[in-house]
Amino acid sequence: MFEAVAFYLFAFLTITMFFITVTTSQALYALSALAAGMIFISAFFFILGADFLGAVQIIVYTGAVMALYAFGMMFFDTTREVKEKQGNKYIIVGLSTLAAVLVVVIFAAPMVSENIVALYPAIEGVGNTQEVGLVLFTKYLVPFEVAAIMLLVAMVAGIVLAGKKMDLSITLMNDAEIEEQKNKKVLS
Amino acid sequence: MDTAYLIETIIKVVVILLIFSALAGIGTYFERKVLAFMQRRLGPMYVGPYGLLQVAADGIKLFTKEDIIPTNVVGPIFKIAPVITAATAFMAAAAIPFFPQFTVFGYTVHPIVADLNIGILYILGVMAVGLYGPLLGGMASANKFSLLSAARTAAVFISYEVVSGLAILAPIMMVGSLSLIDFNNYQAGGISDWIVWSQPVAFVLFWIAAFAETGRTPFHLIANDHEIIDGFGTEYSGMRWGLFFIGEYANMFFISFVIPLIFLGGYGDGSMLGALGLIAKVAFFFFFFLWTRAAWPDVRPDQLMWLCWKVLMPLAVINVVITGFVMMF
Repeated sequence: MFEAVAFYLFAFLTITMFFITVTTSQALYALSALAAGMIFISAFFFILGADFLGAVQIIVYTGAVMALYAFGMMFFDTTREVKEKQGNKYIIVGLSTLAAVLVVVIFAAPMVSENIVALYPAIEGVGNTQEVGLVLFTKYLVPFEVAAIMLLVAMVAGIVLAGKKMDLSITLMNDAEIEEQKNKKVLS
Repeated sequence: MDTAYLIETIIKVVVILLIFSALAGIGTYFERKVLAFMQRRLGPMYVGPYGLLQVAADGIKLFTKEDIIPTNVVGPIFKIAPVITAATAFMAAAAIPFFPQFTVFGYTVHPIVADLNIGILYILGVMAVGLYGPLLGGMASANKFSLLSAARTAAVFISYEVVSGLAILAPIMMVGSLSLIDFNNYQAGGISDWIVWSQPVAFVLFWIAAFAETGRTPFHLIANDHEIIDGFGTEYSGMRWGLFFIGEYANMFFISFVIPLIFLGGYGDGSMLGALGLIAKVAFFFFFFLWTRAAWPDVRPDQLMWLCWKVLMPLAVINVVITGFVMMF
């Protein structure tokens, strides 16, 4: 009974939050609703007994959305409404409905035809974290390692893009040295 | 789910809420007294004996003050931001074992609301959500100082979370579990079993990250009075501002519970002496927060980021690698 109540409550909350994210023209509302929706999703993991994934969902998405806030702060006055360029409304509504239906079909079709079976049934007496580790390092080892390499590539690319003056650190300089650098127009 | 379990859980939740919101108030009294003695002042003296009733006076002031929502702020976000800070602080407490289990009238009580098998991850994750309070409060206020404070919150958040996560990884590898009760049982043998002896680097790193996480001096840059007024709190009045305060102090107490539980043996073997020992450790860590505030200057935001990313994070990674090698061979 509790599970059903919790499921419907969080399903309603999650959908409401993401609806606000999509429809509002106020950047702060959109970001906050996105963060709230992402955190509410973790409730489904907890209801299904996947505690580890639930906690990871909270940790990962609070950090990710926090980075989005930083961008929002840079690009918008977040206390004002953003004037959106309104295109043809019918095309927007039609395309988004089509996309939503397609996503549902993609995920629902294997379930309806009952093609999904658990290849790695849950092992008795082993904790949640260990189960995730077992699957990650046996069945999904290659995707896991590929993802790691992609992240490494992205990190190196980010450092190369951002690190033009990495031999200089303003934190380690005293005021006189910073002034000197300013005069040399290196830091301008 | 039987009724006895439900009633027990509700009672535990209410007790934790009451005790720690009261402790948050008394914590402000301790902070003012400790700071005063370190600066050769008397601190609060006039309300009640030794100023003890100052807490009640402050509480009455906060509760009865007008709740002002300034014009030009983003109303709903502005109103909900303090609630996030206070609520997440108490939500994190759900996975902390405050005492060893004890028996009352033949009924065994486990003083932990939910013994999740991923306790420490849950605590760190939910405590991190607490920083959304300052961020949202700062961004919703139509005030440049608040916005600066919000930007600093984002910087602090992104910097410290990597350090605390990587620092905690080495003890987790040794214990092989994420539950704080397992951490405690691992060190139940006595002082020589404490994880701090085998993981001193992780201990210091986690402790430093705890200061950034609770936003205490040296990392108090989110709401530095002398630079950005009160940062995110500038536009708040009355109990909404008080909720930020309760959240901050409750977080300090909870992190003071978590550090001894992970590194310093927690409540030990579960005897009365062990429980008292845990309280003593919590008191020390809480006192240390106040001590640093009296003794250290604040760092600049760029210094904090430099420290976290260029000094602490590499140290944490090296620590994890060395721990792995030692455990393997």
